[in-house]
Amino acid sequence: MIRHSKPLALPLALTLAFAAGSVFAQAGQTVKIGFIDPLSGPFANVGQNQLKGWQFMAEQLSKKNPAGVKFEIVAFDNKGSPQESLTVLRAAIDQGIRYVTQGNGSGAAAAISDAVQKHNDRTPGKEVVFLNYAAVDPSLTNERCSYWHFRLDADTSMKMEALTSYMKDQPDVKNVFLINQNYAHGQQVSRYFKDTMARKRPDVKIVGDDLHPLGQVKDFAPFIAKIKASGADSIVTGNWGQDLTLLVKAANDAGLKASFYTYYAGVSGTPTALAAGVGGPVRQVGILDNSMASVVAFQNEYKKRFNDDWYTGQTYNGIALLAEAMAKAKSVDPVKVAAAMSGIKFMGFNGEVEMRKTDHQLQQPMVISEWRKATAKFPYSVENTGFNFQSIKAIPSFIASTPTSCQMKRP
Amino acid sequence: MDASYFLISLLNGLSVGLLLFMLASGLTLIFSMMGVLNFAHASFYMVGAYVAYSITQAVGFWWGLLLAPPFVGLMGAAFERFALRKVHKFGHVPELLITFGLSYILLELVQLVWGRSAMNFLPPESLRGPLFTIIDQPGALSAAWGTPPEVCKAAGAVCTTFPAFRAFGMAVAVLMLVAVWLLLTRTRIGLVIQAALTHPEMVESLGHNVPRVLMMVFGGGTALAALAGVIGGALRVTEPSMALAVGAVVFAVIVIGGMGSLAGAFVASVGLGVIESFAVGSDRSIADGLTWLGMQVSPETFGFAVWSVKISQVAAILPFLLLVLILIFRPKGLFGTREG
Repeated sequence: MIRHSKPLALPLALTLAFAAGSVFAQAGQTVKIGFIDPLSGPFANVGQNQLKGWQFMAEQLSKKNPAGVKFEIVAFDNKGSPQESLTVLRAAIDQGIRYVTQGNGSGAAAAISDAVQKHNDRTPGKEVVFLNYAAVDPSLTNERCSYWHFRLDADTSMKMEALTSYMKDQPDVKNVFLINQNYAHGQQVSRYFKDTMARKRPDVKIVGDDLHPLGQVKDFAPFIAKIKASGADSIVTGNWGQDLTLLVKAANDAGLKASFYTYYAGVSGTPTALAAGVGGPVRQVGILDNSMASVVAFQNEYKKRFNDDWYTGQTYNGIALLAEAMAKAKSVDPVKVAAAMSGIKFMGFNGEVEMRKTDHQLQQPMVISEWRKATAKFPYSVENTGFNFQSIKAIPSFIASTPTSCQMKRP
Repeated sequence: MDASYFLISLLNGLSVGLLLFMLASGLTLIFSMMGVLNFAHASFYMVGAYVAYSITQAVGFWWGLLLAPPFVGLMGAAFERFALRKVHKFGHVPELLITFGLSYILLELVQLVWGRSAMNFLPPESLRGPLFTIIDQPGALSAAWGTPPEVCKAAGAVCTTFPAFRAFGMAVAVLMLVAVWLLLTRTRIGLVIQAALTHPEMVESLGHNVPRVLMMVFGGGTALAALAGVIGGALRVTEPSMALAVGAVVFAVIVIGGMGSLAGAFVASVGLGVIESFAVGSDRSIADGLTWLGMQVSPETFGFAVWSVKISQVAAILPFLLLVLILIFRPKGLFGTREG
């Protein structure tokens, strides 16, 4: 269809049209993100809060983002089970959803990562991208790594590096009791703590190392009796949701004075239990706390809307990551966006972060915080308790970074 | 094992056991009277907790404790009158199935009304603190009422507090046991119930309304479950999976104790509670036992993964292990009278 009457004008027009199209092709489009997590059962409160967190961030970042796209969250209840996760993943794909996110439970995350990899191998042209926002099993970015899996949270090995780099300087940490949920995550918290601490503080004694069923224990009093009898001064636990809430409750009931070193003390339900009283200091390793100005701004807005706390910082970084990559790829096509995400550097709420190319593990600064009374300087009230988590040590990206054995197959 | 640990574990075990007994007593009572294994029993426990929670939010805990059991009891009686009695003539299997169905309906109803998350159901203000403190100083064991005294701040002293609400739950269970026992053995209605148990036709021809007696027993049994729910909900956590969490264990309790035996249910529930409490604290494994017998056990030994499992890790399945053993060696249970 090349006409020779206007030899210059047409190619120019085509080029311009193409350029304009490629810049703005993605702008104004709606990107649906399938949210797959427990919305019923013992961990429903956590899943419900995080769903609202994603919806909130989708809304906030849809107003203004470099790609100019709109984000929409579609919720699926996986009841916490890997089996159900696959069923709802299928449902999400059938609805035409090309981006899925999940976080609660490394078992479910591994199942989704596998299924997404297989789906993408079998049905080219309909690829799906998996944003793992909270499942912290290191194997997902090591021996079981997948090109389509992107982890937004720091994995257990990184959190343990960060946590122990604080604990090693605490002279009162002498006898440590490990209590964890009996599944991949809990077992890894226990293993990585023992490995890292043996390297950093060989004098610290492990006086107990217990694994209990996930979400099944309703009465932690016998465990607390055991911890007391062991003479532990510190407890390290990767427990989350109800398993941490009930543990804290039982510890307070029995008058336990040990310090708690946790991953998830800020997760729904636990702050209320902490406010009822706790014998020793409670510290948390994570990517955010309530003394970070960028976090509190979002938290105030979130609380106004839902009367709940926003604590899943990964929801911001996840949507920011997608928006940055879509702007860079000039497309919402998952194949192009995945290629753009691999190795991208962008500003997260917690500073500059990088989606490491070799294993798709986000490299980011972390923070150790402590549960304290709200002050004039840090007034945020978690779960309306009058308390919050305040920074006690900032951990830069390079300290928390851990090597990977991932041999990624790129398409 | 030091003395304070032993004492506190025993108390924890007793409190868990007594809570289990409150549930098991209603179940075993209904079974002995009607020959119906009520699958929805634990669901009434859950409903009791939720109803009490709602009443507590409105007018306070004590009203919840007082009103929730009769309310749930009425629900149970209505279910017996309008559903269970209708299928009675078709035999035990339809009766079993209808209670099974009811357990699902109750679960869905609770989730519709109260949602799927856990409720923040707390004991009343007056019962939130510790009841007493066990003080373990080198060479001396003592106890003090209320909050930990000054000596606890001294080095070497280990103080463990026992929550008042736990003790309150135990007291309620014991009172309930005595009340049920008195009702069954010392009152006229109790005599009718006992007679209806073995000779329903005779009781009927003496002019007693046996179906109404059965309805009262069913309602009473569910009220007891609801009472356990009020205590259990505030002590542990009020959430939709709470029925599932205790349901299976309660069945183990009544089978071990002997179907239909109140004394058996008491011994089995207290026994299981104490066993579980101590099992959680034990880090021994079969491998330790074998080593003690003089055998060499190392990670290379065949089946090491099984031998090295700690007792604390299997604590949760101990009730079911006992259940299987009882069914094999004594099918009628510890105190049962019927042949399994």
